[in-house]
Amino acid sequence: MINRKGGLVANTLAIILFVVMVFPVYWMIISSFKPRSDFFLETPKFLPIPATLDNYYRVINDKDFFTYARNSLTVTVVVVILSILVAFIAATAVARFNFKGRKAYIVMLLAVQMVPFEALLISMFVLLNNAGLVNQLTGVMVAYLAFVLPFTIWTLRGFIANVPKDLEEAAMIDGCSQGQAFRKILFPLIAPGLVSTSVFAFVLAWNEFILANVILLDQAKQTLPVWLTSFQGGQKAIDWGGLMAGSVLFAMPVIIFFVIVQGKIQRGALEGGVKG
Amino acid sequence: MSNTEAPDVIDRTIKAAPDAAEPKRNRLAFWFLLPATVILVVVLGYPIVKMVVLSLQEAKLRNITLGTESWNNFDNYTKLLGDPFFYTVVVRTIVFTAACVLATMILGTLVALLLNKLGNKMRLTVLLALLLAWATPAVTATQVFQFLFDTQFGVVNWALVSLGFEQFEGYSWLAQPLSLLSLAALIVVWAGIPFVALTLFAGLTQVPNEIYEAASLDGASRWTQFWKLTVPSLAPIFLILFALSTIWDFRVFTQVFILQKSGGIARDTDLLAIYAYRTSFSANNFGVGSAIGVVMVAMLLVFSVIYIKRMIKQIDEAS
Repeated sequence: MINRKGGLVANTLAIILFVVMVFPVYWMIISSFKPRSDFFLETPKFLPIPATLDNYYRVINDKDFFTYARNSLTVTVVVVILSILVAFIAATAVARFNFKGRKAYIVMLLAVQMVPFEALLISMFVLLNNAGLVNQLTGVMVAYLAFVLPFTIWTLRGFIANVPKDLEEAAMIDGCSQGQAFRKILFPLIAPGLVSTSVFAFVLAWNEFILANVILLDQAKQTLPVWLTSFQGGQKAIDWGGLMAGSVLFAMPVIIFFVIVQGKIQRGALEGGVKG
Repeated sequence: MSNTEAPDVIDRTIKAAPDAAEPKRNRLAFWFLLPATVILVVVLGYPIVKMVVLSLQEAKLRNITLGTESWNNFDNYTKLLGDPFFYTVVVRTIVFTAACVLATMILGTLVALLLNKLGNKMRLTVLLALLLAWATPAVTATQVFQFLFDTQFGVVNWALVSLGFEQFEGYSWLAQPLSLLSLAALIVVWAGIPFVALTLFAGLTQVPNEIYEAASLDGASRWTQFWKLTVPSLAPIFLILFALSTIWDFRVFTQVFILQKSGGIARDTDLLAIYAYRTSFSANNFGVGSAIGVVMVAMLLVFSVIYIKRMIKQIDEAS
C-alpha cells in the first residue's frame, strides 16, 4: 500500500523544500520594504519592521523608469497581439486543411525551436542592423514575434484539432454563418489555448534580456530587464533597496500571470519545447 | 463569399467533404500560412542560414554594415579548432551543463516523489513555492541571488559565519571562477527544478494505483516497486525532460553574463553562448563568433532529434 497522507519525514522535507524555494522571493520582497539603514546591520532582519516605501519612491521617481516601463509594455503588447493573430490563422490551416507539405511544416515548426537562439544572436543582430532596426523597439518586436510563433502555432494547432469538425458543420447546417460558427462554437473551445499562448508571448517579450541588451543601445530605448542590470557596475555602491524594489515591480506582473495559468504553461513547455 | 442562406450552406458543407474542395482548401491554407511563414523565414530562417554563411566568412562589423564580407573557406573553423582556449570553454560548458542537468533531474525527481507522498494542503503549499520559483524571470532571480550572496550584506555569508564557518566573513562569491559558476548553476537549478518536478508529478499521478497494490500483494518491496514500476512508466517523460534540460542549460547566458558584469571576471567564466557573443561583439570577429554558434547547434543536435522524434510520434498517434 502506498502511504498517501505522508508521515513526519515527508512533511519535514516539504517544509525545508518550501523554505528553500520561497526564500529568494521572500527576501526580495521584504528587502524592498526595508529602510536603507537596515541593509547595513550586523544581523539581518527577517521581517521588514519598520517598513518603508522609500525604495519604491526612489525607483519610480527616477525619470527614466517610466520610459523603460513604457518600452517594455509597448513591446509586450504588440508581440502578444500580433503573435495571437498570425498564429491563429496559421494554426487553423495546419489543424484543419490537408494541404501538401503539412507534415513537413509541422516538423519545421518543431525543429526551428531547437535552434538555440543564443547562437543566433549574432546573425539576428546582423539582420536587424542591415534592416536599420538596431536601437528600435520594432527590431526586438519582430525578433520576439518570430521566437514565439513556432510554439504559439504548435499549441493552438492542438486546441483547434481537438474541436470536432462535426460541431462546426452541425452549427452551419442549423443556419449559422461561418463567422457565427466560429464565434459561438470554435472560439469558446480554443479560448484556453489563446490564454496560454498569450501568457507565453507575454512572458517571453517581458523577460527577454539577451537580444534587448544587444539591440537597444540608447537608454531611451531600453526595456526593464536591461535597466535592472544597470544597477551594478557603476562607481557608486549598489542600491540594494532600489534594486529589490525594481525587481519586485518587474517580476510581479509575470508571476501573477504565470500563477493564474500555470497548468497550461507547463503542458506547453513540454509539448512546445520552449522554456516558459 | 460568406452566405448565410441555408441551402447554400448545406451545399457547401457537402462539398467540403474530401476531394471536390481540395484545390480551394489548398489555396486557403496558403493564404492562412502566409503571414506566419514570411515572418519565420525572414526573421528566423534567414539568421539560421546567415549564421552558417558568416561562419565561412571574414566579417567585421564594418564588413557587415557595408556588405563586404569575404569568403575565407574554413579559416574560422581552423582558427577555432586550433585554439586551446576554445576547448577550455567547450569543456567548461559541458561540465556546467552536466552539473545543472544532473542536479535538476535528481532534485526534481525527488521533489516529484515527495509531492506524491504529501497530504493535499501541504502539497498545495509546496506547489505554490515551486510556481513562484518557476515564474521568477531569470534577470530578477540573478539579481536577488546576488544580493543573497553579497560579500558584505548577503544573508548567506551571515548565515554561514553564524554557523561557525568563519572563512565566509566577507567572502566574495564572484571573485573566483568556480564559485561564480556554482552560483550561476544554483540559480539555474533553483529555477529549473519546478518544471521537472511538476511534469514528473503529473506523470506519477497517471500511474494507476492498482499496479502497486498488485505488486504489494505479490510481495514486492517498495524499492523493487520503484525500480520495476515507477521508473519504467516514467521513462518516456524522463527522456524528454532530460533532452529539454540539456538543451536549455547548454544555452545558459543571462545568469552568468549578469554575474560577470558585477564581478568583473569574464574570460575564465565564459560559457559557449557568451564566448560567441564576446568573440563577435567585443573582439569584432563575427565570422568566428558564428562558427561557435554552428558548433553549439551541432552539439545539441542529438538532443534535439530525441525531442523532435517524440513529438512527431505524438502527431502520428493523434491523427
